Amino acid sequence: MSAIPVTPVAGPWSLPSRGRVAMLSLITGESAIFTIFVVAYVFYIGKSLTPPYPQQVLDIPIFNTICLLSSSVTIWLAERQIDRGKIRLFAAWWALTIALGMIFMIGTAIEWHKLIYIDGLTIRTNLFGTTFYSLVGLHATHVVVGLIGLSLILLFTLTGHVTEEHSERIQVFALYWHFVDAVWVVVFTVVYIVGR
Amino acid sequence: MADQTLPIAGTLDVTPPRRSTAMLLEWLHGWVVTVDHKRLGILYMVYGIFFLLVGGAEAIAIRIQLAWPGMHFLSPELYNEMFTMHGTTMVFLVGMTILFGFANYLVPLMIGARDMAFPRLNAFSFWMTAFGGLLLYYSFIGGFGLYGMGAAPDVGWWAYAPLTARAFSPGHATDYWALALIVAGFGTLGTAINIIATAASMRCRGMSLLRMPLFVWLMVVTSGLTLITITPLTAAQVMLLIDRYLGGHFFDTQAGGSAVVWMHFFWIFGHPEVYVLVLPAFGVASEVIPVFSRKAIFGYPAMVAASVGIAFVSLGVWAHHMFTVGMTSVGNTFFVLSTGLVGVPTGIKIFNWLATLWGGKIRFRVPMLFCLAFVIQFLCAGLTGIMLSVAPWNWQLHNSYFVIAHFHYVLVGAIVFNIFAAIYYWYPKMTGRLLDETLGKWHFWLFFIGFHLTFDTMHFVGFLGMPRSIYTYEPDRGWNTLNLWISIGGLIQGIAVLLFAWNLVHSYFKGKEAGNDPWDAWTLEWAVPSPPPPYNFAADPVVHSRRPLWDLKHPEDPDWKYEP
Amino acid sequence: MRSTNREHGARAIRLSSWLALCLLVFCRPIAWADGPLGTPSIFSPASTPAKTILDLSWFVLTITGGIFVTVGGLLLWAIIRYRARSTDDDTEPPQIYGSTQVELAWTVIPVLIVVVLFLTTARIIFAIQDAPEPKAALDVTVVGHQFWWEFRYPKLGIVTANELHVPLSSKQDPKPTFLHLLSADTDHSFWVPQLAGKTDLIPNHPNDMWIDPLQPGLYVGQCAQFCGVEHAKMLLRVYVDTPEQFDAWVKQQQQPGVQDASAAAGRRIFETQACTNCHRVAGTAAAGTFGPDLTHLASRATIASGAALNTPENLHAWIQDPNNFKPGSLMPAMQLNGEQIDELVAYLNTLH
Repeated sequence: MSAIPVTPVAGPWSLPSRGRVAMLSLITGESAIFTIFVVAYVFYIGKSLTPPYPQQVLDIPIFNTICLLSSSVTIWLAERQIDRGKIRLFAAWWALTIALGMIFMIGTAIEWHKLIYIDGLTIRTNLFGTTFYSLVGLHATHVVVGLIGLSLILLFTLTGHVTEEHSERIQVFALYWHFVDAVWVVVFTVVYIVGR
Repeated sequence: MADQTLPIAGTLDVTPPRRSTAMLLEWLHGWVVTVDHKRLGILYMVYGIFFLLVGGAEAIAIRIQLAWPGMHFLSPELYNEMFTMHGTTMVFLVGMTILFGFANYLVPLMIGARDMAFPRLNAFSFWMTAFGGLLLYYSFIGGFGLYGMGAAPDVGWWAYAPLTARAFSPGHATDYWALALIVAGFGTLGTAINIIATAASMRCRGMSLLRMPLFVWLMVVTSGLTLITITPLTAAQVMLLIDRYLGGHFFDTQAGGSAVVWMHFFWIFGHPEVYVLVLPAFGVASEVIPVFSRKAIFGYPAMVAASVGIAFVSLGVWAHHMFTVGMTSVGNTFFVLSTGLVGVPTGIKIFNWLATLWGGKIRFRVPMLFCLAFVIQFLCAGLTGIMLSVAPWNWQLHNSYFVIAHFHYVLVGAIVFNIFAAIYYWYPKMTGRLLDETLGKWHFWLFFIGFHLTFDTMHFVGFLGMPRSIYTYEPDRGWNTLNLWISIGGLIQGIAVLLFAWNLVHSYFKGKEAGNDPWDAWTLEWAVPSPPPPYNFAADPVVHSRRPLWDLKHPEDPDWKYEP
Repeated sequence: MRSTNREHGARAIRLSSWLALCLLVFCRPIAWADGPLGTPSIFSPASTPAKTILDLSWFVLTITGGIFVTVGGLLLWAIIRYRARSTDDDTEPPQIYGSTQVELAWTVIPVLIVVVLFLTTARIIFAIQDAPEPKAALDVTVVGHQFWWEFRYPKLGIVTANELHVPLSSKQDPKPTFLHLLSADTDHSFWVPQLAGKTDLIPNHPNDMWIDPLQPGLYVGQCAQFCGVEHAKMLLRVYVDTPEQFDAWVKQQQQPGVQDASAAAGRRIFETQACTNCHRVAGTAAAGTFGPDLTHLASRATIASGAALNTPENLHAWIQDPNNFKPGSLMPAMQLNGEQIDELVAYLNTLH
């Protein structure tokens, strides 16, 4: 009779968090969508047949950008606090993140108001209008979705439902917000620097 | 052995009653609200098989119209709707659904998990896809469109601009196309995310990534590819809708926009999409061929690497669909090279299957018949693909029936054949009954003969200069008899598929009992009863190799002795 | 009665041989069609780019054919040799998990094949696409419309439609025709297989291609990019004329529209019944550009871009209602009575 080999013992077993994997996958997909809109924007730079042209009407939104990018810092600080169980501090930084995001949206609204009513640039005016409002609008939509999520979480926090146990989930959500900010870096560069 | 945690026969709660004794509504309700991956998988498959019949009917209509020059079976408007809907249906509502349906059913079972990572997202994704398909088909009755033939899309499944602009496509046909696919696309994205998260985070103990069954690997690679493939289509369709309804100019050539940009965006989606469809088929072959050769798959690590390689390279070949649009010679040359290179990992896979067969003890059961036909047919498809990758020859063959022959060789000859193989192979697991073997062999041979009659002939009529998307053709060009043969082959395939549908239904009630493991296979899904209980495994499995059941059946010669 | 694996394998071989025989029987009538009119086969080229492409195709076919025979042969052999037999025992065959040498070989060899194919192809791409235009070349501008072809010869002052005349070329006296491709509406594609590969006509994206016809005759093709409801009827006829024929044709086309007094009634109808909104007849008040130029309509063999032969009956039916030949054509039914159409047809028939 041949000897039956002894089954090897399985070693330690750890797997990545499914929430993190899912969010990173979602971010990958979203990046592809943004890439297509960015490519369209870049391809059509300088190809508008009629004015207004970017150099004429675009002002660099420095303040807006600083607010949005700072919100990545504040959300990171919030993540650190909930990791330590400091819910009050978490809520404070979280609220500040929302505030910064809202300032960004208000700033965008003001910019668009000027472009539409004073400069006469709409999505149908020319190629610049089409690609600008599509790309910046797509990003703004993602900011709005992020703000809704952030606000819901703030609501749950203020009503006492969020604890240190939810730290992992908060970090997964924060990944989305970091993504939105990273996309803004790209959009900002393409629209306000390269394209002007 | 203390480590043995797979269920021991006789101690498990055995299969629940085959048909629910609850009232019909309660039964339906169960299916509508289910989040069980097995039920959702079956829903996907039933949905897909239904649309296979619908898309097949559209193909038969096309072939009747083309059987002889000057036929008046379909008006030009209706013909254009038929080929647009046939393509759109087969790609999105048949290919994607059936293959992701199999993924849904099998991935958790194959990795020893209880369900997918996100069961509710799973349900949401299915229903989104389902509604997208229904929206697409609602177009036939929803409004009068351009010619009173309903408003079904009629711009080709590739929907080139500026034909899709409001100026050239008033009415809502194009809108149905774009919206339905955007909706279905969200469903596909959700499933892709789910599959990746499941394979990453829900594997049973001992199942390292390099011990996952190849089907799981291929579904993970497919899902990753899907994430960056479907999304460009969604983006382009949103741009199209902006053009049509908000006055945008993305593809408006009068305003300086570019029709070629649409082509680039569409094929950046469209080419990887065909790999999204074919990679799961590879996964099926990599499960079925070893079992019916009685050998482990040859070169598992190379198969994994080749799959990942195919996914990456496939992202860089898209403009081989655009050799005739006037790209520079340098641009054309680049895409010749990239397209040729994607053939290398694909060839490696074929050789690995061949090597698996080599030295085996091949059993010609119905799943294996389909897989063997797949291998030779996919080889042909790859070779005609190489022919098409040669740009100057492409300048002749592009948009001709040669291309249609090539891609049907892939879509039908490789993918549909493997879908049939998969159904014959896993139907016993899903229902507890085997499909009838005799009917299966009739199905196989009829379909094989019809397939070759149609698609082999089609290559030649393409060589003779017949372009695609034409509702009729001139009688003096030498295409008449060949078209007749092609149409007859189509009818034969139709009969074969009807036989198959009958087999599905009949065997559900009268098929032979399958038991856990009718094929003497080696992956985890064969360790559970047929059909599996809702919780899949009574206790979480622990595995030590790529073929856990081989190890159990051959304790004196387990796989883990040979794997690194 | 269920067959054994051995019987099944033998049946498979018999069936495959029978199928192969059938395929061979098919092949005879195809692909080697000849002649100027009839089958537009890529295997009977009559122009330099088409010949170059065919030569490359044979090379590619040889390689792919070789791969098919080798791999297909191995597969067939494996299925036959390694089939399970009823005389087999219960044991599993030796489990082979891989072989580095073999796997390396079947990676390297395909890469080499790809490189060879690529280098050969690249050369031909540049040879065709970047061929310089010789001085003697004829320039034609092609404008694609839904669902007809406009041909303009800028240096000769000719505008015509649907039937292209080009001069014969030869190795000693090359006279290629360079086509500049534009579109007035959607995407189209110019494909006459015996003369060249196809090139697309895309609005706002001009393209260029060339043909170098070495045999006189009529070559047929059609639009090869789906352009709408009557894409199937956007046919092409290319007449490769000998030098004498071509000169005669040019001279005729350069004349303004024939003024035949006997067709005055028809001409009046043409000029007053909205025909001039879309059509042009050189030398008259009709200067429409939406539809084909009709100055020399009677010199063409077909009407409606090949949808029908140019006979009085067909012309009558076409004018009465274009949907008779091309449902969805952009020309409306002209709401004329039978007598008016007869006179109109008589007039159009004088436009040689």
